[in-house]
Amino acid sequence: MWTVLRIWDLMREVRDPEIPALNVVEMGIVRDVVHHDSSWHIIITPTYSGCPAMKTIEDDIASVLSNNGIGNFRISTVLSPAWTTDWMTDEAREKLRLEGIAPPQKGSADKGLLMGRVRDVKCPRCGSHSTVMISQFGSTACKSLYRCESCAEPFDYFKCI
Amino acid sequence: MNKENYSKYIIRLADDALILGQRLSEWCGHGPVLEEDIALANISLDYIGQATNLFKHAAESDDLGRDEDGLALTRMESEYNNALLMELPNGDYAFTIARQYYYTSFYLLFLERLKQSSDSFLAGFAEKSIKEVRYHVQHAGDWMRRMGDGTEESHTRIQEALNQLWPYLGELFEMDDVERATVEEGYGVDRSLLLDVWKMKLSDLLSEATLTQPESAWHHTGGRHGRHTEQMGFLLAEMQFLQRAYPGAKW
Repeated sequence: MWTVLRIWDLMREVRDPEIPALNVVEMGIVRDVVHHDSSWHIIITPTYSGCPAMKTIEDDIASVLSNNGIGNFRISTVLSPAWTTDWMTDEAREKLRLEGIAPPQKGSADKGLLMGRVRDVKCPRCGSHSTVMISQFGSTACKSLYRCESCAEPFDYFKCI
Repeated sequence: MNKENYSKYIIRLADDALILGQRLSEWCGHGPVLEEDIALANISLDYIGQATNLFKHAAESDDLGRDEDGLALTRMESEYNNALLMELPNGDYAFTIARQYYYTSFYLLFLERLKQSSDSFLAGFAEKSIKEVRYHVQHAGDWMRRMGDGTEESHTRIQEALNQLWPYLGELFEMDDVERATVEEGYGVDRSLLLDVWKMKLSDLLSEATLTQPESAWHHTGGRHGRHTEQMGFLLAEMQFLQRAYPGAKW
C-alpha cells in the first residue's frame, strides 16, 4: 500500500543529475505529492527557468514510480512560488560543502551583493574567508565561480536566488 | 478576458525572450574570455527557459494548433512578434553588452510590474524570472562600467554601440491596442509608464561609466506586428533548420 510518505521516500531516490550528492527532495525541486482518485500527482518546480536538468528529473521520477509498480501518475511543473535556495536544508548545505561546492548563504537573494556589497563566501576546502569571485556565472546556471586566496583552489559557489 | 489578446501578449513576451536567447547563444564558443563565454551561455539559457514557459502556457491556454516547440520553431517570419532590438546581430562585445544593459534594465522594471498582474500565471512567471534577470542586469552593468571607464578604445566602442542601439529602444515602451487591452483587463503592464524610471536608472549608470546618453526622438518599429529587419530571416534560417529539415524531430 502506497502512502504519501512512502512516495516522498521514493522521490528521495531521485538524484539531481547536475549535483548527484543531493536528491530532488533536498534540492526543493519536488514541491508536493498528492493522491487523488487512485492516481498520484507529483508537483515539481525548476531551479532556473532554463535548467536543462528538468527533463531528466521528470524522466527519472517517472521511472522510479514505474519501477515500483506505480502506473497511474502524472508529473506537472509549477513556477510559483519561485524556487529559492532558502528551501535547502542545513543537511543539504553540508552535503554541498563536502562535494567542494560552497553552499548558498541564508536569507535569500544576495540582496547585499545586488546593492554593491561584497559577499563573504567561505572556501569549501580550507574554510578560509579570503576568497574572490572570478565570474558570476559558473559551470551551471545555479553556480558562480570563485577562487580561494588561501589554498589557491578554484571552487563553485551555489548562488542565492 | 479576451483570449486572442491574451495569447498575443504571451507570444510577444515569449518571442522577445526566444530571439534574445538565440542571439546570445551565438556567442557560445566565441566569447572574448572563457568566463564570458560561460556567462552568456548561462544567460541565454535563462531566456530560452523563460520562452519555453511562456510558449507552453500559450499552447495550453488557447487552441493555437501548435505545442511549445511548434510555436518556437515552425512559425513564419511575419508571425514572430519580438521587438526589433532582439534580432539585431551581436556585433562586437561592446554591442552585445550595450544591448544587454539597455534591455535587461528595462525588462527588470517590466517584470516588477508584471508581478502585480491579476493573472496568476503571469505573476508567477514574473516572480520566477526576476530572480534571474537581476543577475543579468548586474553582469551587463559591470561591463558597461568597465568598458566606459576603461581604455580609449573600449570607451569609444561602448559609446558607439549605445548610440547605434538607441533608436531601437522606443519600441519597448510602445503601447498599441493589444497592450492597452491587457492593461484595461488588469493583467498587462503599461510600458509607457516605465520610461521615466528607466531613463533615471540609465543616467546614473552612464555617469558612473563616464558615458553619454544618446539623443534621438525617432525610433524603429514594426516587430510587434511581424515586420522585421533583414537580419531576422538569417536568424530564423539557423534556428529553425532542424525542424524544417526533419519536421517533428525529437530527442
